[in-house]
Amino acid sequence: MRALECTPTLPGYALARVVGGTRGGPFTMLRLAHRPPPELPGEGWVRLHPRLAGICGSDLAALHGHASPYLGALASSPFVPGHEVVATVAGEGGRWSAGTRVVVEPLLHCGVRGVLPPCPRCAAGEPQGCESVAGDGLAAGLQSGYCSDTGGGWAGEMVAHQSQLHEVPGSLDDRDAVMVEPLACALHAVLRNEPGPDDLVLVVGAGTLGLLIIAALRHAARPRRVIAVAKHDGQRRLAGRLGADVVCAPDVMLRTVRFETHARLVEGRAVDPFLLGGADLTFECSGSASGLQSAIGCTRAGGTVVMVGMPGRASIDLAPAWHRELNLRGAYGYGIETAGRVAVEPPRRTFAIALEAAQALRPGRLVDDPLPLEDYQRALDRASSAGSRGAVKVAFAPRGDGG
Amino acid sequence: VNRPGTVVEVGRATPPILVHNGDSVVLQRFPVGTRVVYPPDPQTGLRDPDGAIRRALLNPLDSEPLPALLHAGMRLTIAVDDISLPLPPMRWPDVRARVLEAVLDLAADAGVEDVEIIIATSLHRRMTAAEVLHALGRRVFDAFWPDRLYNFDAEDPSALVELGTTEQGEVVEISRRAATSDLLIYVNINLVAMDGGHKSVAVGLGSYRSLRHHHNVHTLRHTRSLMDPPRSALHSSCNRMGRLLESQVKIFKIETTLNNDTFPAALGFLNRRESEWTVKDRAMARVVAQATATMPPAQARAVFQRTRAPYALTGVFAGATEPVHARALESLYSQQAVPVRGQSDVLSVGIPYVGPYNVNSIMNPILVYCMGLGYFFNMYRGIPLVRRGGVLIMTHPCREEFHPVHHPSYIDFYEQVLSQTRDPERMEAEYEERFASDAWYRQLYRRSHAYHGVHPFYMWFWGAHALEHLGDVVVVGGDRGVCERLGFRSATTLDDALEMATQTVGPHPSVTHLHCPPLFVCDVEPGGFETGVP
Repeated sequence: MRALECTPTLPGYALARVVGGTRGGPFTMLRLAHRPPPELPGEGWVRLHPRLAGICGSDLAALHGHASPYLGALASSPFVPGHEVVATVAGEGGRWSAGTRVVVEPLLHCGVRGVLPPCPRCAAGEPQGCESVAGDGLAAGLQSGYCSDTGGGWAGEMVAHQSQLHEVPGSLDDRDAVMVEPLACALHAVLRNEPGPDDLVLVVGAGTLGLLIIAALRHAARPRRVIAVAKHDGQRRLAGRLGADVVCAPDVMLRTVRFETHARLVEGRAVDPFLLGGADLTFECSGSASGLQSAIGCTRAGGTVVMVGMPGRASIDLAPAWHRELNLRGAYGYGIETAGRVAVEPPRRTFAIALEAAQALRPGRLVDDPLPLEDYQRALDRASSAGSRGAVKVAFAPRGDGG
Repeated sequence: VNRPGTVVEVGRATPPILVHNGDSVVLQRFPVGTRVVYPPDPQTGLRDPDGAIRRALLNPLDSEPLPALLHAGMRLTIAVDDISLPLPPMRWPDVRARVLEAVLDLAADAGVEDVEIIIATSLHRRMTAAEVLHALGRRVFDAFWPDRLYNFDAEDPSALVELGTTEQGEVVEISRRAATSDLLIYVNINLVAMDGGHKSVAVGLGSYRSLRHHHNVHTLRHTRSLMDPPRSALHSSCNRMGRLLESQVKIFKIETTLNNDTFPAALGFLNRRESEWTVKDRAMARVVAQATATMPPAQARAVFQRTRAPYALTGVFAGATEPVHARALESLYSQQAVPVRGQSDVLSVGIPYVGPYNVNSIMNPILVYCMGLGYFFNMYRGIPLVRRGGVLIMTHPCREEFHPVHHPSYIDFYEQVLSQTRDPERMEAEYEERFASDAWYRQLYRRSHAYHGVHPFYMWFWGAHALEHLGDVVVVGGDRGVCERLGFRSATTLDDALEMATQTVGPHPSVTHLHCPPLFVCDVEPGGFETGVP
């Protein structure tokens, strides 16, 4: 089968930071390869034929050498990227019959790995915090798409455990379905940090995650006001359409938040300006150090900053976070939601909520025309410059039948 | 007798006309047939200004002489105009210092000890110590600053007192110190006809609660014009407030008028007509135009902002507010009035480097708007210089530049309000209160040197009449994005601007250019020029 295979090496990593992960000549980390399909790791696993597989910001960070080495230790090489996947079940497997259209919930937690007894986090219903991801049961990998045993969506075939699959209702097309995974991330972040009705929420960054956070806030919560910070015109338009009350560019973010919250703006020599007062709750979706610094500087004392975008190594002044007694929280993946307006007893999986939400939000409108694997260079370039081109999500059609 | 102002029609031999262009000037050729309105020549100043001041204080209008109003044990408050007057700041001695010295001498002679001097900033920024020193002089400054000479604070509730409401429901709330004094003396510089009269105390020492009754869209739309007080709704409102004030507070008014000798000798060409320029004037004009155009904006701004005007005192009037103001207006118009016959399709103005709200500061886009639509458009009595539906052409680079200390709320007004609406009524309804009550703006107004949060709204409202009246506004040399935000169009050259104007007023428009500053006011009568120049 054809697959985009990623083989991280130190020279490749260093070169990727300069020229990108696909332009390193002999040291390039990503290449289109012909390789045998992954073996089924055991019972309960099924073969999938990916129909669409999205390119995520975390994929780009890895390929461009910007991802944290921390994450490198939680992947196994070589791997086939692609964790935002809508696929067709290729053969009978457990309760799944061939031809069923599914989305993959890519977490490789104890249940998927066959680890018994499960780790304490999985046992507590928090599979996103699974402690077995460094190699128990399967090769290391936080998710499908980072594990050498499972493959990923950027290939003609991959394998998944039946518990990872969610059937796609007929009302959702493939583009909507490929957005279910990032939508689940956004819903998870919002449901774990649900704003109150009087809260002013700031969303920093308006790539896929930022836009879906805005949509999730409007779908699953009732904040008083949402301010979105978006770099590009197209992103600003979409942020407004998805429900942001106020949309601004990064260079006026501080003043906009100040204006909206009646905070005090403090400017001084040798210090970036910051607010005293500010947003009640901030979702940092850019994953950049500057985004996180601004988020901290724009959030009121006692407020919460949620890191949704995948951060890496960064130099950040944490004094304001300390002084303001901020809640600085991560929001990773999805799992089982027990709180929030749309979550009802018994607890529901985030993916189930996301599948429902996708029918209302139709996130497929944010997906560009898919590209074949052969065009991976163009696809990755497009994804890297999506915001400035007015695009949001770029996806592969690995078998040429998606879209 | 000084030579009166005049209207000159551009002919084929007319030299290029000097046009102010922010922190620069340009020499501009206008189409044949353009009317250029020039200010009158400066009147000769009073030979003995200090003597004139003293005589005015001893022989006031409708009032006892000032010494008779002063006595030991009394509470005396003197209010003076702030940094917004005169423009540019005048070279030493500032007329305020002269008047204060005379008043304080009389107060000292009478044994008055409880004296406080308030800079009547209203909602303007606080003056710095250096600015106060320049305006009032070392002697006054050293004796009174900062405890008994200070900037007014319209946001200090304990320093305000409500004196009642006018028959039209206008709340009159002013400085408590001024209102509870045995005598309030107000020292004016009447640079333009808008200044002085009852407006001085009602506005200069008034609070936002009080000002909002006349600094609003409705009133300013019915202010036609700001330079014609009898036809100004704003002044009518101030008059009602002032009369209420005078029923409770003893006020002694001192109004002064200046000639229009605006620029010092080195920039003397700016005071003169191009046809009368000497070789040196021509050379200086070219040097200044080229140098300031090529300098970084901040440097060019610094060059101009250092300018001190050689203004001379032409009149000083003291006593009761209304007779004093009437005499001051008479004196002012005798210097500034220029008869003009007929409106034109297009009015051209060059926006100079300084206006009332950017002394030692930056003229930001909202101030450019206010200078054009608020001030220059309003430089008339009778009917506007430009016909209804006509076009205003301003020359200014109109950069997206703001002084972060002086104009913080302007930045947010530009970003948050102008990005949503340019409709003054909507601004007033949806945004004004929010800016006026913003704690951060309030803090910066009170403790730093920021204009009040509501001030940019007043700038916009100042142009409310022009906004209704004009068909279009084109800015020559204006930044395209900024002009778009302001609701204007930008043009690269005057020719382009005139071409664009034809889309609104039709072909062969009649054009009037105001050669201003030096400041003047046009007495416009109907007839004579409306048909345009073929």
